Amino acid sequence: MAIQVINDKCRGCKLCIKACPFEAIDMVGKIAVINEKCTACKQCITACPFDAIEKTEEAAATVDLTAYKDIWVFAEQRGGKLMNVALELIGEGYRLSREISDSTKVCAVLVGDNVDNLAQECFEYGADSVYVLQNPLLKNYTTDGYTKVMSDACREYKPEIVIFGATHIGRDLAPRVAARLGTGLTADCTRLDVKVATYIDYANKNTTLDTSTLDPNDTNTQLKQTRPAFGGNLMATIICPKTRPQMSTVRPGVMQKREQVAGAKGELRTVKVAVAETDIRTKVVEIVKSTKEIVSLTDANIICSGGRGLGDGSGFDLIKKFADKVGGVVGSSRAAVDAGWIDHSHQVGQTGTTVKPNIYFACGISGAIQHLAGMQSSDIIVAINKDPDAPIFEVADYGIVGDIYKVIPQIIEEWDNAEKLYDATTK
Amino acid sequence: MALKIIVCAKQVPDTNEIKIDPIKKTLIREGVPSILNHDDSNALEEALKIKDIYPDTYITVVTMGPPQAKDMLIECMAKGADAGVLASDRALGGSDTWATSNALAAAIQKIGDFDIIFAGRQAIDGDTAQVGPQIAEKLNIPQVTYVEEFELDKNMKDITVKRALEDGYEIIKLQTPCMLTTIKELNVPRYMSISGIFDSCKKDIPTWGAKELNVDVEKEVGLDASPTNVYRSFTPAGKGKGIMIEADSEREAAQMLLINLKSKHVI
Repeated sequence: MAIQVINDKCRGCKLCIKACPFEAIDMVGKIAVINEKCTACKQCITACPFDAIEKTEEAAATVDLTAYKDIWVFAEQRGGKLMNVALELIGEGYRLSREISDSTKVCAVLVGDNVDNLAQECFEYGADSVYVLQNPLLKNYTTDGYTKVMSDACREYKPEIVIFGATHIGRDLAPRVAARLGTGLTADCTRLDVKVATYIDYANKNTTLDTSTLDPNDTNTQLKQTRPAFGGNLMATIICPKTRPQMSTVRPGVMQKREQVAGAKGELRTVKVAVAETDIRTKVVEIVKSTKEIVSLTDANIICSGGRGLGDGSGFDLIKKFADKVGGVVGSSRAAVDAGWIDHSHQVGQTGTTVKPNIYFACGISGAIQHLAGMQSSDIIVAINKDPDAPIFEVADYGIVGDIYKVIPQIIEEWDNAEKLYDATTK
Repeated sequence: MALKIIVCAKQVPDTNEIKIDPIKKTLIREGVPSILNHDDSNALEEALKIKDIYPDTYITVVTMGPPQAKDMLIECMAKGADAGVLASDRALGGSDTWATSNALAAAIQKIGDFDIIFAGRQAIDGDTAQVGPQIAEKLNIPQVTYVEEFELDKNMKDITVKRALEDGYEIIKLQTPCMLTTIKELNVPRYMSISGIFDSCKKDIPTWGAKELNVDVEKEVGLDASPTNVYRSFTPAGKGKGIMIEADSEREAAQMLLINLKSKHVI
């Protein structure tokens, strides 16, 4: 048990119960008691005015952590083409590796068949080394095949950190590898840090976290993995103190690619892989690229999103018209997807896509926390909603209270006049 | 040979209903209902669809959680599951996904032989999608995640599934025993039936603690055994409130908005 109430100090004020996101505290008599829902998130410790709640020390490390070195990025490829997220993660791995030490490298790991030709692209986006794991049996992704060769390679080369894109493949593979290696994995991270000072800086700028208990001179470079939890209502920073490698999946579209350096060189390492047909218990019969409209929300400069406030599914006709006019892409809230008005591929938010366009138009979207989690880092947010109290207005740069069916047609009509209207105001 | 199916489910707070106190920046939990996790209801539904065709199929729903999670198991049985098992113990508290999968894998082994395990892709409170694959790894069975179509051959052994990808799908064949994680495109969950509700109340739900599960509370389950720990947690900082555009007509509002956007050089 890690979170403990010091019975002598507890005054029964119930502030911890209010602060607990997990209903993990009960009152027994006049004393708070932690129940089995506790996730040791420490919200109660912060809330307690009497210092009556403490976290007991963790067990000492049992693995020799110093034997592990370098940052590995699973450089996901499909059909011989690198996924964008692989390049983003190489960029992030580059940044983290330089913060750990001068001798720490960022390494891209290519798994597939005839994929060594992708190594050059990895070098050009910042990889110091590329590990190539190839075999005809690895041509298409299979859970069993990829888990085996990735786990074997991690055991042999002992990377300190391994990061995967939180794609349908990364989220299938990473938990399996982590379980096989007996190490921790943090899902869907939106921020990674190694240096405490950098983490403090991030937290002060972007969060409500009280950083006074953190020491900026702390030299511990364990991976601090920040992710939305509880539907985005809470952010949690997770560590993996006792085991290695430290593993995370990272949402596509969140990290920054480095500037491509043509002709960049690095170290190419070919890894012998041991994989047999009998290791792979699933058979991929067919891979089909969707014929449905490809929604590239992550690359869009402008997103026009519709929500429950549209009233019914036909409202997306207007949103589509709007998006076409402004050169944007159609997005949606979870409520609109759940109502069956639009395909899930359009969904923005914690369980959909994370986006950060130049302009995000939220049309008839109330602004549930789980939606905000996926779009609040957009440069400019415009909210149009008939409810003046909708939470979306709390994050909007510009808000219009009104009927979307009246406001949007006007924006469409006036769009091409924007320059003229602006010039008129500056004269 | 009757098919044995395990469904992994979780009782979760409806995160859509949670709001944040705008001043204190804390979660407002009052009145937030506990529900059967969405993806898990699709997992159960797929098992029930098999039982519709092969009525001698035996479905056991397994969950880990506090004693109140029994309510969710009763709901699953009222929909048609044959049995429910609750893994619950203070010693399991604070488990991360790795430790949770140890507990659930132990529970499944205690239940006995199985042909298919259905689990929801992810739970809406944690959104990790890790427990299903980690259970499969511990039981050493193949898995397919993001299943959106499912077909069982008459030989009760060969399975064909359609697995959703971001940019399409793949068709995968595998054999029982296996773990399949489900998404909402797979099916439309049914409601509880009156007779189901009536029958489910009479059923006994065993509660298994660490001792019954035969798991090591130092090394396999609970907070101390979990490889990941929470370092810090906090609420995201809201962006400062922006400009509310007030105008006499929609046309004027649209014009003022465009002028503002133009002045920011974003259009």
